[in-house]
Amino acid sequence: MSTPVMTKRGKIADLRSKEEIKAERKKGRTGLYLVLPGIIGLLLFFALPVLVLLSMSLYTRPPGAEIGEFVPSFQISNYATVLSAYWPELLRSFWFALIATVLALLIGYPMAYLVAVRLRNHGLLKGILLVLLIAPFFSSFILRTQAWKQILADEGFVAQSLKALALLPPDGHLTATPFAVVAGLTYNFLPFMVLPIYANLDRLDTRLLEASGDLYASPATTFRKVTLPLSAPGVFAGTLLTFIPAAGDYINAALLGNNRNTTMIGQVIDSRFFRVIDYPGAAALSFVLMLSILILVIIYIRRFGTKELM
Amino acid sequence: MRHKIGRWIIPAIGGLAFIYLLVPIAYIFIYSFNDAGRTNLEWRGFTWGNWLNPCGAPAVCQALGNSLQIGVVATVIATALGTCVALGLVRYKFRFRNVSDLLIILPLATPEVVLGAALLAQFLNLGWELGFTTIVISHVVFCMAFVIVTVRARVSALDPTLEEAAADLYANPRTTFWKVTFPLLLPGIIAAALLSFAMSFDDFIITNFNSGNYETFPKFIYVAATRGIPAQANVIGSAMFILALLVVVIGQVLSYRKRRAVEKAQ
Repeated sequence: MSTPVMTKRGKIADLRSKEEIKAERKKGRTGLYLVLPGIIGLLLFFALPVLVLLSMSLYTRPPGAEIGEFVPSFQISNYATVLSAYWPELLRSFWFALIATVLALLIGYPMAYLVAVRLRNHGLLKGILLVLLIAPFFSSFILRTQAWKQILADEGFVAQSLKALALLPPDGHLTATPFAVVAGLTYNFLPFMVLPIYANLDRLDTRLLEASGDLYASPATTFRKVTLPLSAPGVFAGTLLTFIPAAGDYINAALLGNNRNTTMIGQVIDSRFFRVIDYPGAAALSFVLMLSILILVIIYIRRFGTKELM
Repeated sequence: MRHKIGRWIIPAIGGLAFIYLLVPIAYIFIYSFNDAGRTNLEWRGFTWGNWLNPCGAPAVCQALGNSLQIGVVATVIATALGTCVALGLVRYKFRFRNVSDLLIILPLATPEVVLGAALLAQFLNLGWELGFTTIVISHVVFCMAFVIVTVRARVSALDPTLEEAAADLYANPRTTFWKVTFPLLLPGIIAAALLSFAMSFDDFIITNFNSGNYETFPKFIYVAATRGIPAQANVIGSAMFILALLVVVIGQVLSYRKRRAVEKAQ
């Protein structure tokens, strides 16, 4: 059963009868037929578009051409141009995404722990909280972000109370600040952090925690030496699932920020494409974003990765 | 003493976090009853009007219909293709496996802006008109990656002895698949399809790149956000939310009953 069919034909043939080889080859072909439509789809509408994007990032606009008219070329200086103009937005995107990921982890881990470990024997309450955990997926992302905007608005209850308590200066704002954007990012991607951690902690054998306690480990030590390492794959998946979309997001920055101190790279790409009609610039920025995320992710996987991830 | 603080601090943070998670949803629900007129920014009094007349702002329902249509078509295609890929990848060995693994993981590691921009570049290059078809294609791409990952985990966790037992009882491979394997995978496939639909229905960034003038529900809200969202959008948002909750709760109850029945039979 487990003989690899991938090895070059004939190499292992002498070990098996003709019928076996035939059956295995047929099996391999069935597998290929099953995989092929989806993979071709991904080739045509993922791999190829990324290559098109790459080539478009090198296009140039001939002198005297109309807006939106570009010719294929090999203008690497496009990258230098957009990077020198937009490196602050790029760095800010990663910075905001990083803070949001750390916050989501700090908030999300206790949530996952509460549901998966503390409430393990409380079926009903656990079920309710689990439903609430996936609830945000069922309501519109933009409606929720817009709701935050209204909740945090200057004339809203939150801002007024903070001002009454002198925690916010009388002319201060909550919206249109980096704080609001990071809070929005944290909020919107929190379930992506909690669910993988939950999935991991749900399988945690609580007898290990008891054993650790029996060996005179303090709760803090037990957490550090037992619980956390065992839930590491969940934390790992959760941080990736939060960081990647957060770095490319621009809805939070547009709705909750919308000033120059909060512009993220996604907004720049969007406006380069649709308002400025600078396709090569937008394509170059997209490519830089994709590549830098990939590099960060690979470093992260090398450093902390676990085999259980995929 | 430290022990006690430790016992309470996790439920406290967890509980507060759940409130944080639900505040905007409650806000959307409450403001769906606002007698708002055109802009739903401040509270102007309670009314059933929005719920009785959810299409009162006609563009909302048009956009909603479009989004539902796209969600269903994209989900069906993504689930069918993705399930086949997941089955093929786990069960069979063939050449180019590493390439196909990479092709599945990369879309998940690509931010939405980049995927949206890349597809737009492709469609511009092909000279395709942006609209329903291009939106569906772009949604299938990102939904399929999620379906493959979800269903693949399910297939890997499958107990192979069940299929062997079926074969021992003289079931041919086709019967084994449809009578044993598929029913076991079905919950995973349904979960993946629901996830796909939710993602497609809620997607803004990729859709915004590849939709041209075609209106979807998230696009409508995003555009309306600058001048005030009509309360009908809150009604639809809340209704979708309640409907989805009902589906989940019914699903939970059914699976609980089934488990009880099986336990009793044993």
